[in-house]
Amino acid sequence: MANPDAYPTTEPLIDLRAITKRYAGVTALDTVDFTVAAGEAVCLAGENGSGKSTLIKIISGVEQHTNGDIYIDGAKVDHNNPRIAAAHGVMVIFQDFSLFPNLQVYENIAYPSQLGAQNRLFDRAAARKMASAILSKIGVDIELDARVESLPVAQKQLVAISRALASQARLIIMDEPTTALTEREVARLLDIIRKLKDDGVAVVFVSHKLAEVLEVSEKVVVLRNGKKVADGDAKDFDTKSLAYHMTGREVAEAAPEPIQAGATTLMQVEGLSKTGVFERVSLELKAGEILGITGLLGSGRTSLAKALFGLVRPDAGTIHFDGGKVPLGDPLAASKVGIGYVPEDRLTEGLFLTQSILRNVAIGRLDNHSKGGLLDMGGLLNEAADWISRLKIKAPDIAAPVQSLSGGNQQRVSLARWLSRAPRVLLLNGPSVGVDVGSKADIHDIIRNLAKNGIGIIMISDDLPELLATCHRFLVMKDGRITDELASASTTEADLARRLAS
Amino acid sequence: MLTGLLPKGFLTRNETLVAGVILAFCVLATLSDPLFFTVTTVSDLLRASIVIGILAIGAMVVLISGGIDVSFTAVAVFAMYLATRIALGVWPDMPWPMIFALAMVAGAGLGAINGLFIAFFKLPTLIVTLGTLSVFRGFLLTFVGSQRISDLPPEMRDFSRGVLARGTTEAGNFYSIPWSILALVAVIVLTWFMLKKTMLGRSIYAIGGSQESARRIGINVQWTQFFIYVYVGALAGLAGIIHGSVGRMADPFSLVGLELSVIAAVVLGGARLIGGYGTITGTLLGVVLIVLVQTNLIVIGIPTIWQSVTIGMLILLGTGVPAYRAKRAAARAG
Repeated sequence: MANPDAYPTTEPLIDLRAITKRYAGVTALDTVDFTVAAGEAVCLAGENGSGKSTLIKIISGVEQHTNGDIYIDGAKVDHNNPRIAAAHGVMVIFQDFSLFPNLQVYENIAYPSQLGAQNRLFDRAAARKMASAILSKIGVDIELDARVESLPVAQKQLVAISRALASQARLIIMDEPTTALTEREVARLLDIIRKLKDDGVAVVFVSHKLAEVLEVSEKVVVLRNGKKVADGDAKDFDTKSLAYHMTGREVAEAAPEPIQAGATTLMQVEGLSKTGVFERVSLELKAGEILGITGLLGSGRTSLAKALFGLVRPDAGTIHFDGGKVPLGDPLAASKVGIGYVPEDRLTEGLFLTQSILRNVAIGRLDNHSKGGLLDMGGLLNEAADWISRLKIKAPDIAAPVQSLSGGNQQRVSLARWLSRAPRVLLLNGPSVGVDVGSKADIHDIIRNLAKNGIGIIMISDDLPELLATCHRFLVMKDGRITDELASASTTEADLARRLAS
Repeated sequence: MLTGLLPKGFLTRNETLVAGVILAFCVLATLSDPLFFTVTTVSDLLRASIVIGILAIGAMVVLISGGIDVSFTAVAVFAMYLATRIALGVWPDMPWPMIFALAMVAGAGLGAINGLFIAFFKLPTLIVTLGTLSVFRGFLLTFVGSQRISDLPPEMRDFSRGVLARGTTEAGNFYSIPWSILALVAVIVLTWFMLKKTMLGRSIYAIGGSQESARRIGINVQWTQFFIYVYVGALAGLAGIIHGSVGRMADPFSLVGLELSVIAAVVLGGARLIGGYGTITGTLLGVVLIVLVQTNLIVIGIPTIWQSVTIGMLILLGTGVPAYRAKRAAARAG
């Protein structure tokens, strides 16, 4: 672990002065100043494409800057590279954590430090000792011998942090640290960050979902289109002002229009149970209604959503759709009656990443364009292209692979595929996970418009402001049961957070 | 009670499953033929396992790193034949350790060709080794020779006569354990030490786990991959020359075709095709099982023509059962 006395504390750890970075004519960063002092936590906010990734790459030495100066520990560094940055204790924790799923926890933590020491032999005993010392120092209890692939996301992140500490980290840069965590896990992460800061370790959070980390941060820096548009004391920022600086516009979320009087009940669920996952869940959804379901990770919210679409087979209960009974555990039957499901993890469950945007939308409608067993390719692709423009998917080329799109646009592709099937009920699981502020508001608009047109929507999310801004009504799940039913109009975020955590 | 004494996850490991099948096979065989479980059978089994065992350990190292090598049989036969031809042509009385070294150097050289394409040109391992399998074999038969050589250098014949133990059982059955078993033991110890104790070995596991992460923490992925294919080539060369010596014939048409059985043995032993997993214990158990099935199927009443069907079913079961279990566990976790 870093020893704060060993380095000058008067100089900032990292001091970037008027950094400019150009890629083949495109200016990714334009005269940006950025400093981090020892023991300081800084939020680096910005939407996708704002230049925050480029800035991180320059600090960690992966990319070279075009103009400007870099000072590390007060000394000018002309040609930064990953080895120099690492030698100064600059560690990046990527969103995917860069861990080795097949190796055990202690080896993941200690291996890189032994690699850095240029050992020839792997010292298992020393590795275990080091890993256990670091885990207990940050107050985390993870089994040393567990394979990383068997850990939940939050623990993987802690292993990644421990690994950075094992390599004498003095500045830990965390890319999207809270996206995959529940509120409770975020709280625990913040506790650990506080401990690190007390030890003189600096932290930079890179994210577009920063409200949660504001409370442990000293400083906020906002980038937009490669320029620094705001910086200052973290106390002076809140979710709203961050969103304003990031997007350059006021992102006002209007509450959904009330449900039309006399709307029919579309979906009726009674006594849905699956042993050990969820129990006796009953709910009702009207046409044009947006119903939210929230709960901590492990509360059964995702399993329930999957059960409604037939991806998980419940043990008992019934689902009625428009008066008719829907067979349980049969996604094809569910989609036939008009239920659509947009999964939580669009990267692994929803999209064909290497396939084109157009094909990703078109795949949902193959059956409807079949003529005597042959495919009417022209009709299929025209329809898909139409949906791509209706959802305003920003893509230079609809033949480009989906993985080239930003999170918000990927989510729209996912939505477009389902909307083209004209669903009457849409289940949205975490519709704005990994989506930046501006696109998020757009996606919420799309959702509200769909409801206005009579589609029933069930939205599963742990993003409380999102639920409050879009839903008419929502259900709180805890340990597989629905514990509360609330109307958005009469609930506040604080009240909801309390009900979730209690 | 017993489970407390066993290592964690013992009962769900591939090794345990394979060991169980081997045990069941032996029990069945002994029941139908009481003479099955004798020193002779064990020594036959050991002798038959030496070449496949060395090849399997090489294949395992490649699988751990996330690659797959199907060219090692061609490397083995090429190295064996080339070393024999050189010895006969240059110095017929060449001492056997030198002939062996020659074969291993030749194997390492051919492995380096695989390594060059895989590590430095970043081509997919299956494609490269499928290509080199044909190229090496074709080159051998066209340019080095296609005649079977039964008049081996005398030192190679001497090597094949060397035994650690030999004798006749009371029932009158002959048994012997050849020197070449020591080569297998040496390969096991060396590979075990490398994989478990050295940073290099751990980086092979790391690359198999995630190549991108390995690069990010500063592992030299290119050179590690290059080393792997050179190492595997050298092991193949060793296996090849042992095969030639023990069989007392340098046959350029032998060995090729065995590669899938070897990979099957490794996969049965728990190595995963996606990389990052594989143990020497598992691999050796897999080899024993495959050799048992290949040589003793008849003893438990299954006709030899069913051999490949049996091996295929073992692979389906041996890899399918753990995969199915993992899927069930994931489904339960929701």
